[in-house]
Amino acid sequence: MSENVAKTTNSGKRIHNGHRAPAIILLLVCMVYFLFPIWWLIVASTKSNAGLFSGSGGSMWFDKHFALWDNIRQLSTYEGGIYWQWLGNSFLYAVVGGLGATIVSVMAGYGFAKFRFVGRKMYFNIVLGSLMIPNTALVIPTFILMSQFGMTDTIWAVLLPSLLSPFGTYLMRVYCAGSLPDEMLEAARVDGAGELRTFFQVSLPIMTPAIATVFMLSVVGCWNNFFLPSVVLSNTKLFPITVGLTQWQVKSNMGSGAEQVWNLVTSGSLISVIPLVIVFLLLQRYWVGGITAGSVKG
Amino acid sequence: MQNKAVPKPMKKTSGHDNRWGWFFTAPFGIIFIVFLVVPLIYAFYVSLFTYTQMRGTVFSGFANYARAFRDPIFLQGMGRVVVYTLVLVPVQLIFALLLALVLDAIKNKFASVSRLVIFLPYAVPVVIGALMWGFLYSKQMGPFTSIFALFGLPTPGFLTPNGIFGSLVNVVTWQWTGYYMVILYSALQSVPSELYESARIDGASEITIALRIKTPMISSSIVMVTIFSLIGTLQFYTEPMVLRNNAPSVIPPEYTPNMYAQALAFNYNQLNYSATVSFALGLIVVIFSIVFMRLTRNQSGLED
Repeated sequence: MSENVAKTTNSGKRIHNGHRAPAIILLLVCMVYFLFPIWWLIVASTKSNAGLFSGSGGSMWFDKHFALWDNIRQLSTYEGGIYWQWLGNSFLYAVVGGLGATIVSVMAGYGFAKFRFVGRKMYFNIVLGSLMIPNTALVIPTFILMSQFGMTDTIWAVLLPSLLSPFGTYLMRVYCAGSLPDEMLEAARVDGAGELRTFFQVSLPIMTPAIATVFMLSVVGCWNNFFLPSVVLSNTKLFPITVGLTQWQVKSNMGSGAEQVWNLVTSGSLISVIPLVIVFLLLQRYWVGGITAGSVKG
Repeated sequence: MQNKAVPKPMKKTSGHDNRWGWFFTAPFGIIFIVFLVVPLIYAFYVSLFTYTQMRGTVFSGFANYARAFRDPIFLQGMGRVVVYTLVLVPVQLIFALLLALVLDAIKNKFASVSRLVIFLPYAVPVVIGALMWGFLYSKQMGPFTSIFALFGLPTPGFLTPNGIFGSLVNVVTWQWTGYYMVILYSALQSVPSELYESARIDGASEITIALRIKTPMISSSIVMVTIFSLIGTLQFYTEPMVLRNNAPSVIPPEYTPNMYAQALAFNYNQLNYSATVSFALGLIVVIFSIVFMRLTRNQSGLED
């Protein structure tokens, strides 16, 4: 009781006013730094191609001519509306890849944490070691290998490698070891539940927060994917949004006149960013707890 | 935990544990082998051969590696990412730690809004982030020309040979600091407050508490963040690749080892040597991480 009181009074003046002002100024400056590129993107996506260069309000403010709707209309027609296809591909790669990677890591993390099987130690140490292998170093070898089997330029070339998630497995293992007591699983077994039933009905509900974290990390990873798809894909219809927009950027830099689609690059970027930002804002609490689980000794 | 189990069920579960342990880890194992072990071994195998038009593909042992470690383009690229790492890792870490400590000390509405804003860039794909900064750095479309003109200063050359290093450092810092901040911030939440309440009553300043008590308490997270940013920077690829489209003469296609490997495979059709560069890069990153883990052995959060 008395401790509670002490705590509330303390947090009431956690920091003396003298310290608070510099801290707040620092945060304000940082917020401007982190926000202004996004603000620029919002403004830029409302401009026409010409407005981007010579807008009436300068580059940080809206032009007289508000062209966002025109840009969206142009996105739907330019090159046969391929923009929406790219966005759909990105969704497909992120959701299917992210889901697959999550299922695989959840199963593996559970297996490593809860079963003392032969070879477990060495197996898990290899997984830990693989966290250090830069995944971009695998891109070119994977591409060369896939081209032997004629697998390049298919959605599988992007989807299958993204199922690999040693970090997700590691996080799930730490979480299972910490929050699934052996006694509880033992009790379920004594009650006659098989391993699968124990896994689905007893363990999975408890693992939900960690699953959400791993899912989100995997989705972001797949959504961000750029090096692998730009190497293994050449059919523009299969591009994710990241590869597609860079292609338009290259085109705008080199081309002239009708080839310059800066307004599509900006408005296309903005639209592609919106879904993930919303997901993040809604789900932020999952991930604060989740990633740290990996860094706190289990 | 183990000594709780009575010997008899232990014996029985052993075969059971074997079966189910392998059952649950098998899908991961298969993917691990197919998409990590096999490409690595294959890359190594391919790197031991050389293709010439005269003789076709012939076994050449470690000749490609000998070539790589004398190849000025590879060495320059490697040197570049090492310099980026030496600058970016401390910059991001210190920046993220400072923000995490400040947010942890204030903890009010304003702080939680700032936390979200600082974290926001992580939700922007790296490609889009780099695209945006490419626009912002541009003399015609970016705001800096008019901002600097306000103070009567010339616009800095962001996309010039001298400016490009700082420009890329800035893009990466903007993109990742918030992510690292969130990891460190949530680690701070698990530090028991009793640890510093008494110090506070004894009159210790917030800065002392932050540096002397809180920071050491989250050292395992700090090590983890450092390893993330170390490994991430050594495989630098996306940002220079995107900014290259704005400044092709400043960023050559072989700017970093990963870009070099891609250029070798696609522009020069030297698959064997490309695999060598990839494999060598992987090896160097692993060595760097092991050295770093050794140096910080007691803190490493990735140890089990």
